[in-house]
Amino acid sequence: MAGKTLYDKLWDDHVVHTEDDGSCLIYIDRQLLHEVTSPQAFDGLRLSGRQPWRIARNLAVADHNVPTTNRDKGIADPVSRLQVETLENNCKEYGITEFDMSDIRQGIVHVIGPEQGATLPGMTIVCGDSHTSTHGASAALAFGIGTSEVEHALATQCLVQKKAKNMLIKVNGKTGPGVTAKDIVLAIIGQIGTAGGNGYTIEFGGDAIWSLSMEGRMTVCNMAIEAGARAGLIAVDDTTIDYYQGRPYAPKGDDWNMAVRYWQNLRSDSYSGDLFDKIINIDAAGIKPQVSWGTSPEMVVAVDANVPDPTKEADPVKRQSIERALQYMGLQAGQKITDIKLDKVFIGSCTNSRIEDLRAAAAVIKGRKKAASVKQVLIVPGSGLIKQQAEAEGLDKIFTAADFEWRDPGCSMCLAMNADRLEAGEHCASTSNRNFEGRQGYGGRTHLVSPAMAAAAAIAGHFVNIAEEA
Amino acid sequence: MKAFTTLTALVAPLDRANIDTDAIIPKQFLKSIRRAGFGPYLFDEWRYLDRGEPEMDCTNRPLNKDFVLNQAKYQGAQILLTRENFGCGSSREHAPWALEDYGFRAIIAPSFADIFFNNCFKNGILPIVLPAETVDQLFQEVVDGYQLTIDLQAQTITTPSGRNIAFIVDENRRFRLMNGLDDIALSLQHADKIKSYEVERAKRAPWLFKDA
Ligand code: SF4
Repeated sequence: MAGKTLYDKLWDDHVVHTEDDGSCLIYIDRQLLHEVTSPQAFDGLRLSGRQPWRIARNLAVADHNVPTTNRDKGIADPVSRLQVETLENNCKEYGITEFDMSDIRQGIVHVIGPEQGATLPGMTIVCGDSHTSTHGASAALAFGIGTSEVEHALATQCLVQKKAKNMLIKVNGKTGPGVTAKDIVLAIIGQIGTAGGNGYTIEFGGDAIWSLSMEGRMTVCNMAIEAGARAGLIAVDDTTIDYYQGRPYAPKGDDWNMAVRYWQNLRSDSYSGDLFDKIINIDAAGIKPQVSWGTSPEMVVAVDANVPDPTKEADPVKRQSIERALQYMGLQAGQKITDIKLDKVFIGSCTNSRIEDLRAAAAVIKGRKKAASVKQVLIVPGSGLIKQQAEAEGLDKIFTAADFEWRDPGCSMCLAMNADRLEAGEHCASTSNRNFEGRQGYGGRTHLVSPAMAAAAAIAGHFVNIAEEA
Repeated sequence: MKAFTTLTALVAPLDRANIDTDAIIPKQFLKSIRRAGFGPYLFDEWRYLDRGEPEMDCTNRPLNKDFVLNQAKYQGAQILLTRENFGCGSSREHAPWALEDYGFRAIIAPSFADIFFNNCFKNGILPIVLPAETVDQLFQEVVDGYQLTIDLQAQTITTPSGRNIAFIVDENRRFRLMNGLDDIALSLQHADKIKSYEVERAKRAPWLFKDA
């Protein structure tokens, strides 16, 4: 019998029906809902008089619009408030569990899923949000969907899908000092491009990936979508199983034992190559701390490199996009990355807001203060429980002593739908996942980096080569 | 959903690669809980010189005269011609809603981002993938404003000179789009299969079925 990839196994386990043209009805084990992409889906349900197929398979949380200060005062912006209230009302009407703003379990949808054990290995997981790929770190087939599909999943517990191709990205060997999961994934995107994974599900493997914590694995899979792949995956190992033990929504007793036996098979039958449509090998030792300089996540270089020179690019479409990006970012061709001055720093988002990220940031700054030229440093934990944990470890004290602002959980300045945002022209070292034009505020300039790099930049006022300092 | 069969319409060329969903519809507009009314804010940051806000009346906003959709010769365009990886970024269906509300019914590009591509079909928009050279050639031809005829049944595009360009759309999607069918109703035709799947799966993974 020919072997299967992890993706093949997850797929085969969820096929309900196959059409003549190969498209399949795929069973969905878990849907996560948030306020931005669900209102129109609930409206659709109401209009057609349909009910959710399995109410308890849905879990909702408000994250994009919630304020990160003065929660008790509610949401000031009436449009944001209406959206959050609409989610609450919809969840009440249909009996769906929601973690509201005052719940300690509230946080970014992709952070709370694994934290609660609501997203588990072997599941199919969807959410009206492209970074649903995050959950693939637990060997779950997880991908973002549009609002019509949110309604479809609510009404049928299924989605119509065509199977993607299999790609393996193997990061071999050990990473050097100062290099984190974020640097690994940015380096991957820099190499394969933002469309490199189009049409594929990417499984990440190799020693540098398998030695990551669950938090690090989530960072990697979170950005699979930035490489064009709807879903990223990492095989189950002891790290995965240990992580889920005892989580509130995780199975208990005999179910736990049965689940673990099932999960242990959630890996590709071979990583030597013949099972995959495409394989990319990357040498971990060659990866340096990364900084994005442009307006697409593939516009990224090592911190000790320079901003690229468009005149050296042969492809006219690429040359034009480099020129446009440099203009938008207010950078000079050939400028040193370490010479880029920062106005703001943002540590948070579903990419890097977990406890390990906060610890990494705190470790860099211990005893130092933010540079006077840096106007604001926001630390936004991914969930109320992470915030609580960080405070128990005293991390909040380290941050506030450095004049960093310690906030309440939410998406915050990752996309600036709430009050946290960049002003036009400001440069921001950000641990989020997208550096698109205007993403963090109209005219704002985002540099994607790891938490350690962001913290070091906050102290220095510019990027620094943390590989040398480490 | 509107059915798509044939379309003869003006083409607007948007010569940029990797156009992301934040550019198609900036995030401040995602706060709406409605599905319609996004058309005036399509490509907001490129189309206007000021910063757009939800519910804003766009009739008197300062226009960016250089932006293609603001040029007289492309007014009323229903076909968007663009470059590779169109629609990358977020899963927001607001992107196809804005394109559709503006009046676009078809988009031609060398490639699309997966989620966006999928979302188009749910909203009566036909995304057409053509080889990069063909797209290049179309870009050269459209400068003075011209019309293409798209026939989804025949899977062909006809240029004003009568040249036919073939394209391919996956059978199932083509059927749904041509008939404007509701995906949910179609899937619910398999309700019995979904139920028997659940019974069978509950034996293998009982922990997934204990909370309802
Ligand atoms: S943190 Fe950013 S990327 Fe993640 S879900 Fe929120 S807005 Fe999206």
